[in-house]
Amino acid sequence: MADDAERGKAPTRPATRQVRGPGATLTAERGWQYAPAPESREIVSIEPEYGLFVDGAFVPAGSGRTFATVNPATEEPIAQIATADAADVDRAVAAARTAFEQTWGPMPGAERAKYLYRIARILQERSREFAVLESIDNGKPIKETRDVDIPLAAAHFFYYAGWADKLEYAGFGADPRPLGVAGQVIPWNFPLLMAAWKLAPALAAGNTCLLKPAETTPLTALLLAEVCQQAELPPGVVNVLTGAGETGAAVVAHPGIDKVAFTGSTEVGIAIAEAVAGTGKKLTLELGGKAANVVFDDAPVEQAIEGIVNGIFFNQGHVCCAGSRLLVQESVADHVVDRLRRRLTTLRLGDPLDKNTDIGAINSRQQLDKITELSAAGEAEGAHRWSPPCELPKKGYWFAPTVFTGVSQSHRIAREEIFGPVLSVLTFRTPEEAVTKANNTPYGLSAGVWTEKGSRILWMAQRMRAGVVWANTYNRFDPASPFGGYRESGFGREGGRHGLAAYLDV
Amino acid sequence: MAGTGWPHIWMSDKIPRGSSLPASDSPGAAERVPHEPSAASRLGVRKTYKLYVGGAFPRSESGRSYPIYAAKNGELLANAARASRKDVRDAVVAARGVVGKWSGATAYNRGQVLYRVAEMIEGRAGQFADEIRDAEGISAADARRTVATTIDRWVWYAGWPDKVAQVAGGANPVAGPYFNFSVPEPTGVVAVIAPAESSLLGLTSVLAPVIATGNTAVVVASQDRPLPAITLSEVLGTSDVPGGVVNMLTGHTAELAPVLAGHFDVNAIDLTGVPASGRAELERLAASNVKRVFCADDDWAAPPAPRRMLAFLETKTVWHPVGI
Repeated sequence: MADDAERGKAPTRPATRQVRGPGATLTAERGWQYAPAPESREIVSIEPEYGLFVDGAFVPAGSGRTFATVNPATEEPIAQIATADAADVDRAVAAARTAFEQTWGPMPGAERAKYLYRIARILQERSREFAVLESIDNGKPIKETRDVDIPLAAAHFFYYAGWADKLEYAGFGADPRPLGVAGQVIPWNFPLLMAAWKLAPALAAGNTCLLKPAETTPLTALLLAEVCQQAELPPGVVNVLTGAGETGAAVVAHPGIDKVAFTGSTEVGIAIAEAVAGTGKKLTLELGGKAANVVFDDAPVEQAIEGIVNGIFFNQGHVCCAGSRLLVQESVADHVVDRLRRRLTTLRLGDPLDKNTDIGAINSRQQLDKITELSAAGEAEGAHRWSPPCELPKKGYWFAPTVFTGVSQSHRIAREEIFGPVLSVLTFRTPEEAVTKANNTPYGLSAGVWTEKGSRILWMAQRMRAGVVWANTYNRFDPASPFGGYRESGFGREGGRHGLAAYLDV
Repeated sequence: MAGTGWPHIWMSDKIPRGSSLPASDSPGAAERVPHEPSAASRLGVRKTYKLYVGGAFPRSESGRSYPIYAAKNGELLANAARASRKDVRDAVVAARGVVGKWSGATAYNRGQVLYRVAEMIEGRAGQFADEIRDAEGISAADARRTVATTIDRWVWYAGWPDKVAQVAGGANPVAGPYFNFSVPEPTGVVAVIAPAESSLLGLTSVLAPVIATGNTAVVVASQDRPLPAITLSEVLGTSDVPGGVVNMLTGHTAELAPVLAGHFDVNAIDLTGVPASGRAELERLAASNVKRVFCADDDWAAPPAPRRMLAFLETKTVWHPVGI
């Protein structure tokens, strides 16, 4: 899609803009600018239209309906994508069932492993292509797709490949069996990575899959389908069905599905749990969060600042485990907030393909509206709003990094998942108060704690009701590390030995 | 009702069977002189079967009870308390209140408490055997065997609290300079709909894994066979199980289970005792606050596996940088 000629034209992409402010760096004060360092789009060739991936081949939707996927940084349509309906789901389930019964299910684990290793290797080989495509489709900075999303996706396949022929040693009994056909519905915040989190353990355990990528970010899942072809994965083992909520609902509701895995909002997760009720389908849910990131007065401040920034501004805050509630000990609150604001003035918001960019585009108009609405509610409810001086590109969906101070626990911005670059700062005096406030949420996906005192780290880690606790770090992910929530953040784990349980009859 | 008001028409030798004190209507009772009671003539003192909530034995706040009959001959065994939705809510409050204490106890301590439960049942084995013989209509020999299996099951679970973290958790070799470990933690308050048929062994098999792992429980006992569950509650009440860790409700399952399934302060629910036809609606209610739902129709006589414990454990993963 993007050839050199096009790239040379007047900017269809927003230029990277440096954020300036009172704490501006030496560079900014002297008026120096970062030279744009755009990653080449040439590496990826985007088709004008994409079909569904069913039974090993790309096919148009039965209904012929399509929808556009849009570059959120420019609002330009990228490609037309097929909308799968119930009949397409039927065909995909039939293909997946056949593959489960005839090829993938009976195949020795060691052979399944080799297919997954192949996929991992091809992802590594084509990683830059995936990174660029992900940034274009999702709006996230290339430095994140290049350094986090794609390498981690490949690592997940590599990790679970090794389990495929070792399931009897995974601690689930002598002969754990796959469930059958898995229906997997994934979100738009880490499109390829979430596909890998879902597919890799499912395939290693011997299941076959229907993957429904998010409506706004289908492209890397479709490129992954092409990787499956390149790896000569047997037809029907992986099927990719694109579409919106209706497509996902059809996948979840299909009687031929044995297992449902969903990552997304708690609201939709509850609807899926209701839809699955009484069917006997195995269900795992990875839902929303409102994580507390707790900073004690003895924390190494500069490290904590980096952790806070990474916690809430990584991926524009489109992270279910984002550290969206900063709980800072009262005695150091002013200092920490001051340092945080100075740090935020150095963040660079703009073109996702620019290698200097820290903050990319908000994924969709809808999400931008939600962030805007909740932030307005924060102001209306009396919290103090602050953003660094920050010029937003004229086109595309953008939201400046935002920090609310003077937030109380009853404020919507302290209770509801914003899923955007918006941080709510609350304070505490005692460790007990920090724990009480951290746990004062129906969610329980993640938490952070910053202190130099080892016993306090473990004390906090024991008491915070969250599936992942990052101590003196934040937003770390690894295929060997189980991830998932307590309470209304869902159930089941992804990653590690624990992640296999979601796809085995145990 | 607990006093002298039991209508004589109900009296039989059912309740005190196995006790050393025969009932008043036993042969020869009429000949005794009332003010010189002998062992043979003494009027038996029957037990009032109440609820077990927060370590106490209250009646249902509703004042309701319902008759419990022997499985074999339909004889009236007792009037059990018929818990209300308010009793359910009270039980959840009691269970929530003690989550910190029970889950915070050392695993060694929890193991010893569960072992104590086994000791206490052993001491009352005859009473339990009589109760389940009446409740389930099985032979005396089968009843004794069932009690023995029950005791052994408590012993089996008593060994788990200080081992399950090593089986279900561990260190994770992440690709970076971090120490990363996963530990299982109790999910919190677990609602248990106990099996309808197996009044003691089935109940034990669903309850012990819940509390062995540090959860607290609100149990709906078998609707038609609730008496052994209340006697088990007496055992729990004298076995150093903190009050509120197990709350035992008797009554109509169809009335109580939906309240638990839809309760926002219940973290998980075991639907094993619910007939298959009733599960879908309860699962829908359970979705309202993303409850963990477990259901498995096990053969209670068969050796157990850890999965009933794992169903009510959360996995917490902790990261910390490694450096100097």
